[in-house]
Amino acid sequence: MSAATPAPRGVDAADSFRDDSFPLIFERSSPGRRAARPPLVPGASMAALLGDEHLRSEAPRLPEVAELDLVRHYTTLAHRQFSIDGNVYPLGSCTMKYNPKLHEAVAGYFQDVHPYQDEASAQGVLTVLAELQQDLATITGMDAVSLQPAAGAHGELAGILMIRAYHEARGEGEQRRVVICPDGAHGTNPATASMAGYDVVEVPTGPDGEVDLAAFEEALNPQVAAVMLTNPNTLGIFETRILAISEAAHAVGAQLYYDGANLNAIVGLARPGDMGFDVVHLNLHKTFTTPHGGGGPGTGPVGVKAHLAPYLPTPLLVQREDGSVGIEGPRPTAIGRLRSFYGNVGNLVRAWAYIRTLGLEGLRRVAMMAVLNANYLRVRMREAGYTIAFDRVNMHEFVAQPPEGIRTLDLAKMLLDYGVHPMTVYFPLVVREAMMVEPTETESLETLDAYAAVLGQVLRDAQADPEAARAAPHSTPVRRLDETGAARRPVLRYQPPSG
Amino acid sequence: MHTPDTLRYARSHEWVSAPEDGIVTVGISDFAQDQLGDVVFVELPDVGRKVAAGDALAVVESVKTASDIYAPLAGEVVEVNASLEEAPEAINEAPYEGGWLFKLRVDDTAAWDELLDATAYEAVAETD
Repeated sequence: MSAATPAPRGVDAADSFRDDSFPLIFERSSPGRRAARPPLVPGASMAALLGDEHLRSEAPRLPEVAELDLVRHYTTLAHRQFSIDGNVYPLGSCTMKYNPKLHEAVAGYFQDVHPYQDEASAQGVLTVLAELQQDLATITGMDAVSLQPAAGAHGELAGILMIRAYHEARGEGEQRRVVICPDGAHGTNPATASMAGYDVVEVPTGPDGEVDLAAFEEALNPQVAAVMLTNPNTLGIFETRILAISEAAHAVGAQLYYDGANLNAIVGLARPGDMGFDVVHLNLHKTFTTPHGGGGPGTGPVGVKAHLAPYLPTPLLVQREDGSVGIEGPRPTAIGRLRSFYGNVGNLVRAWAYIRTLGLEGLRRVAMMAVLNANYLRVRMREAGYTIAFDRVNMHEFVAQPPEGIRTLDLAKMLLDYGVHPMTVYFPLVVREAMMVEPTETESLETLDAYAAVLGQVLRDAQADPEAARAAPHSTPVRRLDETGAARRPVLRYQPPSG
Repeated sequence: MHTPDTLRYARSHEWVSAPEDGIVTVGISDFAQDQLGDVVFVELPDVGRKVAAGDALAVVESVKTASDIYAPLAGEVVEVNASLEEAPEAINEAPYEGGWLFKLRVDDTAAWDELLDATAYEAVAETD
């Protein structure tokens, strides 16, 4: 590095190209350096053009970098990321499947639409969204769908608030104070119920990995507002007694809520509506391949049976008599508005593209291949020396455990050294040292075999050298993180160096 | 696992000291802290709160999970270990000493004898 190019502030010059001393974009800042210069109007001051009241009194604290600095910074960061485009990513309950690039092209057609333009000039995107509402209703067996919620947990909250509004409208708002969740539930379920003002009652998992029906029936009474389930459940096991559960819940006046996080296992094959569920939310960023995690934003549409439709968040898209699609008029029974405009439209369009590309037959094959892949990997993992919790034919995911004395966290870190992503670890809570694996339908047989081989290898490595296992990973841009320190003494905000 | 035989235990992994002037100290067992992993946050009950046996009244959160802590006996909370708010690691480092959670003035001191002794608790923990 020449003397004319100062080292990024806060970074030693000799270290500034090293991967492990990666500076923040703010630390690359150099006063007066610019990436773009807007054209100036000759002879006119900014104040004259914009009005004095619109000018800032002092410059915002933004990094000052050249365009190439900016491009290199984010390109290098992107290379350090792990993504499904790079390698296998079998996070249980997360459905990290491939997001087809075709969807990006489809979304591109709609990128210039603005929510403030008039309906007549936006019929294309409104028609796509109305079709998606209908497609999702058909796929889930529901009567009406809102595309508003911006993520799965947001959809859950919408669902439980609708159930609360329904009970209140029937004069049972005071009476129904409880929401039942199984002990294996996604953490968002009890959190949602609690946020909506309910007390949570937990029911145990039985020895077969399904909800313990006797304990469930015992927990039911006229105080129960809702029962929240996912099917298949978080152990990847289909709740075969779902019709009995549904009947018992409805017999005491409770509503049945379907957490759609695991829909990938049954999409096109079975419908929550036919199982007796009254409300579902869907994670379009899981089953319907819209970008996930850092690539989001999420999308959590919520669907309901007809008796809950009056409470759907507003606004819904409706087909007019002349065939056009528009925004519905006021609907006072709605639980309200959850999101600006019509939800995360860019990703709704991608989900529509996915459904229209595959069709119903294609969606069925998604579920079948997702289940087949997970069962294949379950057996391979058992052969590699792992224990399978509730070892039976599973759906799209399963839960494994390492042999006694080996820690799941160490194995997960060791997997990173082989260039593959770990599974979900320490969830569900009902299985000790849980390793929850969901390969999805988009991984090939060769990839599954390779992943199983790596799983066998890390287990042998951990048994041979426990010290090295505890220190893994050894080859990643950042090594073993101090998760405890990060939780006990979090640094929540960047503090610029003084001066 | 370290399980002092001077204490009694609940199935939900709390330890309870022998009543002194009707007051017991409650914490979580060595087995429980080992299962939880590094504790990062503790939510303690309000002093003066009256609880029935089995009521959830505190939360211990670790890097792996969050667990409710249940009142092993009925009574009233008379003191909490406020130092855990700044130093939750005491639960891992000294679960039976500096890592205690709260003290209860129990309604019925005889109920202490009904809790699990060290041998019975170890048997429960091994099958859990």
